[in-house]
Amino acid sequence: MAMDKKIFTTPILKSNPITVLVLGICSSLAVTVKLEPALVMAVSVTIVTGLSSFLISLIRKTIPNRIRIIVQLVVVAMFVILIQQILKAYAYDVSKQLSVYVGLIITNCIIMGRIEAFGLNEKPLPSLVDGLANGLGYGLILVIVAFIRELFGSGTLLGIQVIPQSFYEAGYMNNGLFIMPPMALILIGCFIWIQRIFQKEESK
Amino acid sequence: METISLFVKSVFVDNMIFAYFLGMCSFLAVSKNVKTSAGLGIAVIFVLGITLPINYLLNKYILTPGALIWLSPSLADIDLSFLSFIIFIAVIASFTQLVEMIVEKFSPSLYSSLGIFLPLIAVNCAILGASLFMQEKAFATLGEATVYGLGSGFGWFIAIVSIAAIREKITYSNVPKALQGLGITFIISGLMAIAFMSFMGIKF
Repeated sequence: MAMDKKIFTTPILKSNPITVLVLGICSSLAVTVKLEPALVMAVSVTIVTGLSSFLISLIRKTIPNRIRIIVQLVVVAMFVILIQQILKAYAYDVSKQLSVYVGLIITNCIIMGRIEAFGLNEKPLPSLVDGLANGLGYGLILVIVAFIRELFGSGTLLGIQVIPQSFYEAGYMNNGLFIMPPMALILIGCFIWIQRIFQKEESK
Repeated sequence: METISLFVKSVFVDNMIFAYFLGMCSFLAVSKNVKTSAGLGIAVIFVLGITLPINYLLNKYILTPGALIWLSPSLADIDLSFLSFIIFIAVIASFTQLVEMIVEKFSPSLYSSLGIFLPLIAVNCAILGASLFMQEKAFATLGEATVYGLGSGFGWFIAIVSIAAIREKITYSNVPKALQGLGITFIISGLMAIAFMSFMGIKF
């Protein structure tokens, strides 16, 4: 059990897929303008990473090595289609906001990376845990970035106004730059900076 | 004129990396020196320029609602659009595998310089992203889709080569220790994205 716990906690903080391994930045930064799509994205990625890692691990002994990438892509694509159809049915507005980025979960490097590095060699259950934990670690960063961007960029959280009206009357303005794409990159850069500073202290 | 405008727009305004964050993983991983990043950039242009027209035709004649009408009128109300992820990714993955084999057979020298990047491209979000954007933007003709593919590939090429050039130079600068490498790369790409924002609104 102790080992399982380690598999679960390391990806969330110590080897976070975004800030340490630099995987899966691709499809995700664009959904962090608002908190709501970021949350949905985080949950979807967690589910897809966990389940596809689990499934690949189940059939790992029967996959020929040469065509394994195509097999993996097909498995991942299947889960993503399921997610997309569910979103379309139950959360249509959010699925419109996420537009092509739901589809891009397929090429999210976290999923492929975890399958290659973990799912192909390990037993199904640890693979499931590893996939879920990596998805969560990824979602954590996504949600933090979205939180900052929505708070400073639009003054709202989940669409509810947080910054009191009196602030605006006193001359406070929303920072438009936070809504623009560059700010997400700079924010992630700062996260990496902060995390590296702390990790250095740990190793000392 | 329309075509040139579309090309310029897809290169600069809708730049795959700076406006949509697509293909970030390889953008960050392979941008350590100009030569390899140029190789990867060319491979991306090549694959985008070919897969996009293929996916356009597939989308137009198979996937959109009622597209199968050319087979028989009774198929008019079949909607296969939910299959688009899996079909697009299958085209991309099999195509990259095919290109890899062809290049390996006929030009070993090109293969040794480009070969390692080709499998990477299958999971490059920019390729799938372009196909999905193509589907969303609903281009009128095959030509437009091809121009869009080449344009986005070229934009990606410019982005990766310029960041590689900056990273080569920045190794001589005195960057704070914890920010070195990944952190500073993120911040630079953020600043470059701000620069690319100035292309907004360009029209011919």
